Amino acid sequence: MDATLLIAIATMGGLGFIFAGGLAIADKKLRVFEDPKIAQINELLPGANCGGCGYAGCYDFAVNVVSGKALVTGCPVGGEDCAHDIAGLMGVDAGASIKMLPRILCRGGNSEAVKKMVEYYGPLSCSAMAIVSGGEKQCYYGCLGGGDCVEACPFNAIVMNENGLPEVIEELCTGCGNCVKACPRNIIEMHPVDRQVFVFCKNQDDPKKAKEVCSVSCMGCGICARKSDGGVVMENNLAVINYAQFDPEKIPFDKCKTGAIGYIDQNEKIAIEIPIDESTSMEKN
Amino acid sequence: MELILIFFSAAIVNNFVLAYFLGICPFIGVSGKITSAFSMGMATTFVMTITAIVTWLIYHLLLVPFQLEFLQYVSFILVIASLVQFVEMFVKKVSQPLYRALGIFLPLITTNCAILGLALFMVLKDYSFIQGVVYGVGAGAGFTLAITVMAGIREELDLADVPKPFKGVPITLIVAGLLALAFMGFSGLISI
Repeated sequence: MDATLLIAIATMGGLGFIFAGGLAIADKKLRVFEDPKIAQINELLPGANCGGCGYAGCYDFAVNVVSGKALVTGCPVGGEDCAHDIAGLMGVDAGASIKMLPRILCRGGNSEAVKKMVEYYGPLSCSAMAIVSGGEKQCYYGCLGGGDCVEACPFNAIVMNENGLPEVIEELCTGCGNCVKACPRNIIEMHPVDRQVFVFCKNQDDPKKAKEVCSVSCMGCGICARKSDGGVVMENNLAVINYAQFDPEKIPFDKCKTGAIGYIDQNEKIAIEIPIDESTSMEKN
Repeated sequence: MELILIFFSAAIVNNFVLAYFLGICPFIGVSGKITSAFSMGMATTFVMTITAIVTWLIYHLLLVPFQLEFLQYVSFILVIASLVQFVEMFVKKVSQPLYRALGIFLPLITTNCAILGLALFMVLKDYSFIQGVVYGVGAGAGFTLAITVMAGIREELDLADVPKPFKGVPITLIVAGLLALAFMGFSGLISI
């Protein structure tokens, strides 16, 4: 009986040893070179494989970060810490990975946009408004003011200002792009942080209608397009900036009657104070 | 002649998936596209063939002489696990897209009961070495046949107007059942 036991142990041990040795050799021979950064980034990621970044899972995202296809800030779950760690690991190749920020291309808030004669009663959500009646404003291209982008932001980086327009807090924004997907009017676009000039309107109505519905709309007069040597092109009564050959020096900003084209507003101090107030009040509670 | 009979017996008449209902997990899981289903079939065939060879050698040269037949389960699982690990490394080296397409189902060949079933059936039927190898190849071919046919049907099903409650897994299970019924027609043709 003892002999059987010993033989059994020896046999299984021997088999295990042979297979382990075989696998060790195979591992050496068949090793696929992988950037060690992929594994390191994979460790930093939350590992939930939720697909929130748009890739097949955390590992796939890590592969794409290393190959430069995905942004280091692309993981909406990991948040800023995760993005920071990954950026540190990637050596923050400042040139290659410019931070992308969402830009809200509508300035037609409550005081600029003309309201309809009827009031909207219903869920305060842009997607609902867009389906039901198109919201309260007469403009069918502008911000609905329902705050779907605020809801969609996992980092509380978007707030609604008193004028009923969303504002992005650049310090908190990670560039995940959730707000872009949430907006039914497609007025939020991702742009590199160093782009400062935008056409803050998406209205494609004819000039007369565009002027009627909102005081800051792009009427499609085309004066910016004529002076810009192709830096601005007109599409469907709307000025669209062609950033590939855009030169802000050539744009006559003061000639734009509605001020639809211009520099992004850097003074967002009011907006920044709001979440601080919220967080302090949360602590008190 | 006997070898041919063993091959077709394992591949069609006693098909592992559709007659014994072994290895259903990858059969449902990886049968979305014909190409990856066929690759999965080939990977499983490879593992089955090598498993047949190695387990036959281990059983007849190691376990039987030392009267350690009771260790067959443990040692067979050890063989299969190591082989699958090897196949995974091999596939990763040779074809990255295939590696990604097979995904989690590649390491799951380890727990594919069709392979352990093959090793145990082989002992049960007391095959010789050559017979065992042919049996392994046949079983692998049968698995490949079943999963590829299934993938072909599912690709067509994507275009069909399936009632909403049956979309996805339900219709897949129904199709699997119908396929098994169809393969019932072969039963009893060969009794080896």
